[in-house]
Amino acid sequence: MSISVRDIRKDFGHFTALDGVSLEIPDGQLVALLGPSGSGKTTLLRIIAGLEFPDCGTVQFDGRDITERSARERRVGFVFQHYALFRHMTVFENIAFGLRVRPRKFRPSNGQIRTKVNELLRLIQLQNQAQRYPSQLSGGQRQRVALARALAVEPSVLLLDEPFGSLDAKVRMELRRWLRQLHDEVHITSVFVTHDQDEALEVSDRVAVMNEGRIEQVGSPEEVYNQPASPFVYNFLGNVNLFHGRVDDNRAYIHESATGNLVFVRPHLLDIDRQPGSPNSFRARTRHINSAGALVKIEAVTDWGAPVHIEMSQDRLRELQLVKDEVIFVIPKEVAVFRNNRLS
Amino acid sequence: MAASIPWTIKHAAPGRSNHATKATTEPALVRWSLIAVAVVFLGAFLLLPLGVVFGSAFEKGFRFYINSLSEPDALAAIKLTLIATGIAVPMNLIFGVAAAWAIGKFDFIGKSVLITLIDLPFSVSPVVSGLIYVLLFGLQGLMGPWLIAHDIRIIFAVPGIVLATIFVTFPFVARELLPMMQAQGNDEEEAALTLGANGWQTFFRVTVPNVKWALLYGVILCNARAMGEFGAVSVVSGHIRGLTNTMPLHIEILYNDYQFVAAFAVASLLALLALLTLVVKGIVEWKTRQQLAEQATASGETRQ
Repeated sequence: MSISVRDIRKDFGHFTALDGVSLEIPDGQLVALLGPSGSGKTTLLRIIAGLEFPDCGTVQFDGRDITERSARERRVGFVFQHYALFRHMTVFENIAFGLRVRPRKFRPSNGQIRTKVNELLRLIQLQNQAQRYPSQLSGGQRQRVALARALAVEPSVLLLDEPFGSLDAKVRMELRRWLRQLHDEVHITSVFVTHDQDEALEVSDRVAVMNEGRIEQVGSPEEVYNQPASPFVYNFLGNVNLFHGRVDDNRAYIHESATGNLVFVRPHLLDIDRQPGSPNSFRARTRHINSAGALVKIEAVTDWGAPVHIEMSQDRLRELQLVKDEVIFVIPKEVAVFRNNRLS
Repeated sequence: MAASIPWTIKHAAPGRSNHATKATTEPALVRWSLIAVAVVFLGAFLLLPLGVVFGSAFEKGFRFYINSLSEPDALAAIKLTLIATGIAVPMNLIFGVAAAWAIGKFDFIGKSVLITLIDLPFSVSPVVSGLIYVLLFGLQGLMGPWLIAHDIRIIFAVPGIVLATIFVTFPFVARELLPMMQAQGNDEEEAALTLGANGWQTFFRVTVPNVKWALLYGVILCNARAMGEFGAVSVVSGHIRGLTNTMPLHIEILYNDYQFVAAFAVASLLALLALLTLVVKGIVEWKTRQQLAEQATASGETRQ
């Protein structure tokens, strides 16, 4: 089912959570709403779910206006950040809840419910924990139960609020791969909220980057990472070096006063030379070299005192034989220049 | 948690337990005198009176005890107390759950005013509470003439006693439920909603089971107070023997008539109820604490 959100505005008292947000989510896609806390991403998700109602704007499922419909009528599966499992029910009863509360006419028989729940328990690999209570499960297990519970009612849309937010790093990685696999199997239109850029870029088909109640950019993970539409997106996705500069004849001159241009360079798009050969290079001094990991991270300081972060392969480091406190020449391979918040 | 580990090790080590406790407690003399004070206080103010009540009740033997409980006026008083309690407790149960639910789960204008109103019976003297009803429904009261014209009796009759009892006991259930409902938040209710449950299903299958022990605790407290209420009921009852006397009022009358043994016999029933309440309360409190601890660990783990 496709989701279409048009010109949504939502205020909480004096705080504007959403300021004219529009977003199209095609059928069967997995979309991430990415942004820092307070950017309005959770509010948008709750408005799509019907747990919150917009001050103006519309929400459509498959072209039908459902703005006035309650969460109950929308048939969405919602996974809460802190799971919100029913603490007095077993795992089995938690998953069965959505089926048991159906009106008598549409309620499956006990046998059918059992089959369905067991099927879902297999899907989340918790067959042996059916009779346990949520308090007896680990965080990752709870999260999977919450997902199975949402899927049990065969929702038309799956909405996940910071689904891995409260898990430790390793479980997080496992679960997000699992979610991607699950989505490839069931192909249900899904939207998830996250503040973790890696998570958004790894799992989703499309990413909507949000900031201060607005959507800054929507696109595939490659698009938003490689062609950020605004300084905010550039800054928020991945590490970045920021310089102030001037643009003349398609050339950027960094470190010049009174200009109003922002020049961004990703750390891995900076090369290092020992000789001042290239006309594009600038001088800097290495401060710290961290070679633990796949990439070497180098911290340097420019002549005018600004810090520069550079990333390179281990091979390149060996080639250069860099040490601490050395004069180097930094060559930007690719830069992005923003003038008054616009790409130029 | 980590801090408690060294202590358990010290306690477990033989011969070192004294050193371990010395660092954290007072000298033996101070400890024992504090314990003695507490025991004497408890004995003098709680156990001794309780003993006296039962001792005096059985002073003239078991037969007299039974007789003083089964004489018509005593039976009428017991019956009236049960009626008043039987109406007041369910009413306050419904009111308390509704109020706690509204305050705990929703935001609305006048919320703090409602909380203050719920606490009102705690802060107003019961005698004043009784007088409010006399001023409202009494002969010279605001609605007195209208009530007389329609031949409805509230003051000096059963309805007045029930009303006074409800008023005095209505904070108990709501007050017990409120912190629980506020702590639990709305997540589970919202989850139930997205899963297709309607309002009643959400309430009875999710909200109520989550607060059942606190609810039971509130009902027990409410019940104990309803049966023992004296001040407010005394003002509106009119003390008509066999008609408008509750147990506490009946005890007072017997006592004033120098029928001490009979008075204590009826009093022992109330004391028995109090003891029973304490036992049930103990069990329920233990259960509630367990539930709160579970919630704390549950939310603690999720915040990691």
